[in-house]
Amino acid sequence: MPMAADEIERLIREAIPDAQVTITDLAGDGDHYAARVFSPAFAGLSRIQQHQRVYRALGGRVGGELHALQLETGASEGDGM
Amino acid sequence: MSEASSRIDEIVKKNEVVLFMKGTTLFPQCGFSSRAVAILDHLGVQFETVDVLQDPEIRQGIKEYSDWPTIPQLYVKGEFVGGSDIMMEMFESGELQQLVGADASSE
Repeated sequence: MPMAADEIERLIREAIPDAQVTITDLAGDGDHYAARVFSPAFAGLSRIQQHQRVYRALGGRVGGELHALQLETGASEGDGM
Repeated sequence: MSEASSRIDEIVKKNEVVLFMKGTTLFPQCGFSSRAVAILDHLGVQFETVDVLQDPEIRQGIKEYSDWPTIPQLYVKGEFVGGSDIMMEMFESGELQQLVGADASSE
């Protein structure tokens, strides 16, 4: 079931309060999004742990209700690369 | 450990590089799985694949095994590496080549 971009953003911000979140609807179908999430809370976490924090914020929707969420994370902009 | 977990554990430990994906290398059934295969192909590394669409127990079990909700999932030397986004980031930074021991001159 499609999900609104602002709903995704809200859930991420709720779980990771200081996060900078940018959501892009990749296919325009409300089902394939890309999210860039940057938060000082990610400092010292592995990429896997950072992505797991975002998945947890979305409460099990990724891989189910939300087919896929392309993720880029880091402690600060450009840090993930 | 559940039966699915021990099956997955065995696969992950037996194969140096293994990708759990939807479909096969020739016929990936999802864009993300397709991207993961393309990255590994480009590295020229030998890898095993497991088509989770052929095995519902593994399809569910792999998500619990790694605490990761999506497929594809890459494992190298028994360790979970990540999904296709992390693979792409690590490929771009050169870390993935190092991890799998790919010969840089083959690129």
